Amino acid sequence: MMQFFQRLGADTRTSFTKLGRATYFLVATLAGILSVLPRPRLLMNQLFSVGVLSFLIITISGLFVGMVLGLQGFYILSDFGAEESLGIMVAASLVRELGPVVTALLFAGRAGSALTAEIGLMKATEQLSGMEMMAIDPIRRIITPRFLAGFISMPLLAVLFSAVGIIGGQLVGSGLLGVDDGSYWSQMQNQIDFYDDIINGIIKSVIFGFVTSWIALFEGYDAIPTSEGVSRATTRTVVNSAFSILILDFILTALMFGDK
Amino acid sequence: MQHTATQDTLVGLFVTAGIAGLFFLALQVSNLSSFGSEETYTVTANFESSGGLKVKSAVSAAGVKIGKVTAIRFDPKTYQSVVSMAIESQYATLPEDTTASIFTAGLLGEQYVNLEAGGSDDVLKNGSKIDITQSAIILEKVIGQFLFKSAEEKAQGEKKE
Repeated sequence: MMQFFQRLGADTRTSFTKLGRATYFLVATLAGILSVLPRPRLLMNQLFSVGVLSFLIITISGLFVGMVLGLQGFYILSDFGAEESLGIMVAASLVRELGPVVTALLFAGRAGSALTAEIGLMKATEQLSGMEMMAIDPIRRIITPRFLAGFISMPLLAVLFSAVGIIGGQLVGSGLLGVDDGSYWSQMQNQIDFYDDIINGIIKSVIFGFVTSWIALFEGYDAIPTSEGVSRATTRTVVNSAFSILILDFILTALMFGDK
Repeated sequence: MQHTATQDTLVGLFVTAGIAGLFFLALQVSNLSSFGSEETYTVTANFESSGGLKVKSAVSAAGVKIGKVTAIRFDPKTYQSVVSMAIESQYATLPEDTTASIFTAGLLGEQYVNLEAGGSDDVLKNGSKIDITQSAIILEKVIGQFLFKSAEEKAQGEKKE
């Protein structure tokens, strides 16, 4: 019995100290933004490896998610003779939910895990300590540009995901299944509101980008500097990001779309 | 980093694609293009019942959308529903004796306000009130009346015999 309480206490202390370290890490990262701005080259390189290299997986997934939505939506809606509303269904589900959430999940898997592994290996091979020896702050030099890159890329990727998905839905809906092209777009334009739907979706993806980059970089920075430690940290990045994204999505949806 | 120029180009293309995607969503997917920051003027109309009309429902004339409902409230003095509508300024030539009716698009579709122009020379201005209105048709009421009426006719028929 005593052992149980001892373990519970130890676990609580570990998780709270970790949370504290993560917050301290975030503050240091954000404080580094001002010193990154005069060196856009650092940010550019990271935007390339975080954003541009995720571009393909995001657009292809977006296209197929949109096509599946078009197909399933058509089957369900045609039962009620409402297949003209396919556009609203595809666009609303992509712009409000699937765009930000699926993009964030893919981003955590594609870019987040890579960031953790990179930082973890830098730590394991003592590159970070080496920088400190040369009086270079590794947080400002390594972490902050990556954080900013993730934070900037995510909304762009989510917007692309939704846009490509809507086109995919249109390809299947009106190209393959014969939904009227005009009503696909016009019903969508009538129902989707720029501020309520699109801007809220973008706000979601900004928050997800923030959280995913934070988790990925912190797990890498906090990893035990061994090969096993890095591999565990990478796993934790994907798991924790997925959890945070899905839980945050529920909370954000309840806040944003609650009063309708 | 060796291929910095290529990388820069790709990053530039990526950012451009993202912004283009946003424009696509704004103009093609949402209603921003058709009804954005355009100048509008507000008119109100009192209805016996506004039925299932909602804020943002369409206001149309002759089948063309010319504005939207901005507010619906209950007037505690007249027990009527006060519907405020924002109409695009380019349609500022609606006569003062315009009729406002609440119609349903299709049998079970959304409700909207239909404006039918009258013959007066004076036009509706910002803050004007439309006097001639026709309330929403509530399907349950119509069915109820129909059933009641047919039952009544049946009863009268039996009396005569």
